[in-house]
Amino acid sequence: MSTTVATQDREATRLGEGLSDWWVLTKRNLLTYVRKPDLLVFSTIQPVMFVLLFVFVFGGAIELALPPTIPYVDFLMPGIIIQTAIFTATQTGVGLAEDLTKGLIDRFKSLPMARSAVLAGRTFADSVAIAFQVFLMLFVAFLVGFRFHEGAMEASLAIAGALTVGYAFTWVAAFTGLALKSVEAVQAAMFTIIFPFVFASTAFVPISTFPSWLQGWAQINPVSVWVDTFRVLTLGDVYVQYQISVGYPLPSLGVLLLESTAWFLGFLALFAPLSVRVYRRT
Amino acid sequence: MNEPAIHVEQLTKSFGTVEALRGVDLQVAPGNVFGLLGPNGAGKTTTVRILTTLLHPDGGRATVAGYDVVKDAEALRHVIGLAGQSAAVDENLTGFENLEMVGRLYHVEPAEARTRAESVLERFDLTGAANRRAKTYSGGMRRRLDLGASLVGRPAILFLDEPTTGLDPRSRLEMWEIIRELQKDGTTLMLTTQYLDEADRLADRIAVIDGGRVIAEGTSDELKTRVGGEMLAVRVQDRSRISEAAGSILGLGPGGGQVDSVTGEITIPVGADGTGILTEAVRRLDADRIGLADIALRRPTLDDVFLSLTGHAAEQADEDTAADKRRGRKKDRKHKGSP
Repeated sequence: MSTTVATQDREATRLGEGLSDWWVLTKRNLLTYVRKPDLLVFSTIQPVMFVLLFVFVFGGAIELALPPTIPYVDFLMPGIIIQTAIFTATQTGVGLAEDLTKGLIDRFKSLPMARSAVLAGRTFADSVAIAFQVFLMLFVAFLVGFRFHEGAMEASLAIAGALTVGYAFTWVAAFTGLALKSVEAVQAAMFTIIFPFVFASTAFVPISTFPSWLQGWAQINPVSVWVDTFRVLTLGDVYVQYQISVGYPLPSLGVLLLESTAWFLGFLALFAPLSVRVYRRT
Repeated sequence: MNEPAIHVEQLTKSFGTVEALRGVDLQVAPGNVFGLLGPNGAGKTTTVRILTTLLHPDGGRATVAGYDVVKDAEALRHVIGLAGQSAAVDENLTGFENLEMVGRLYHVEPAEARTRAESVLERFDLTGAANRRAKTYSGGMRRRLDLGASLVGRPAILFLDEPTTGLDPRSRLEMWEIIRELQKDGTTLMLTTQYLDEADRLADRIAVIDGGRVIAEGTSDELKTRVGGEMLAVRVQDRSRISEAAGSILGLGPGGGQVDSVTGEITIPVGADGTGILTEAVRRLDADRIGLADIALRRPTLDDVFLSLTGHAAEQADEDTAADKRRGRKKDRKHKGSP
């Protein structure tokens, strides 16, 4: 009996210590953002430029493919938001590669701390940065005319979706960072990984404008699923009707939410254990 | 505490086809400063990384403070500290924040972590810089902070991986002073170095490591005795004539000697009759009209020990140091054993 209690106590202490380690490292990583504001500033300027580029430069041309009921900015912003979340997640890989080359990971590993805390603290802190970016982008979006056409509930769900996507990609980046161990390599690799997901999707242009061979990929592409879910949650029936009219009917909102969640969990289930494995070995 | 603080038996580790450790045996007594001396790529860092649970050995056994480095890794991390090229500080945090963070990660209560951080800062003369980001620290300050971070957990055994590599002479002396103080406190210390004088001055016992093996072990004096008494050191003015000079004087000693064409120096063990051999050497070189830059009798240094043990000079590896530093920390993996 007493040993069971002791074991339980020890388990409880370990859990407490693990949470404390996680919080210590989350705080440390968030402090980095505060101390190096250029990190967030420059990764914000780029998506803002994207918004301006698409809305004011390409927008006119792309709008021709859309019905008058859907302003291009309402079509575009869900794509930009998801893209921003995914690109910001790259920072996780950059940060870990930096910690590795500077020897900080070695220091952490020599300490009696929870091994999972380094990765959990990093991905969480970077998700806070992603949230910051997403809200900033929404603000910019409102300035150029974007609106949530559905309820507050749908709007919150859409934003939550974007954040989970970002979180999933922090693990992709964590794996890449730990495997490649160099900041430059991570940035290049992450761009290469992200590119076909973000650009060969419905994020920026309607699916009907793709060549037919690419439509197959664009349809199953998780980024398309996430972006379309976001659109249904912000544009509502108008977007559903439009997709039917061009011959690419979307599943019901329930199914879309399910698919989005499944993709999110799939990314997490693949990349979290992979990251932990590489972390243990490095 | 009669059992050794560190006990290493037949430790092996390979990275791909590179054998970094080929059966290392070590024994460190509690309270001792143990020096692991060798050139880059000898296996020093790999040994330290295994003993601090950062790496798993392929074969052999190692215990630190009685804990097995593989089976009891978690318990072991409570009683060790690691500093030097294998560990680092966060540049974006202040000195205080760095130490406080490490204290918290040792699971010390928040208030206690702050107290310890302050006392470490004071001890290492960093109180004035406590609230400055580590990024703004000089190399010596950063190294002191790094060493301080390894002490926050009050470890019984401390590992210092090349604690003075890359430091200017003044910071190096400061670091030596700190290490001597730690030694007085009774901390068991294992330090790796490629500087022979450093091991000579700081370590109670020294293991010379080369090509993943311990090739000699003992006190500094014991190692010097192995080379034998005094040495005659001759440096010629014209390095192109060094082999000619060597030919005429190498036979003077009781046997052996080293010729270093890079420095232009010839060293000969002289046994008991130092002065006689010195006089004869001057006479012969004068007769050959070989100009001397320097000639002297001296006690053997660890340089001589290294040279006579490995057949190559320790400095040889120093040329790679700069390149290695640039490449990152994993030189033990990239460099195969002995040149």
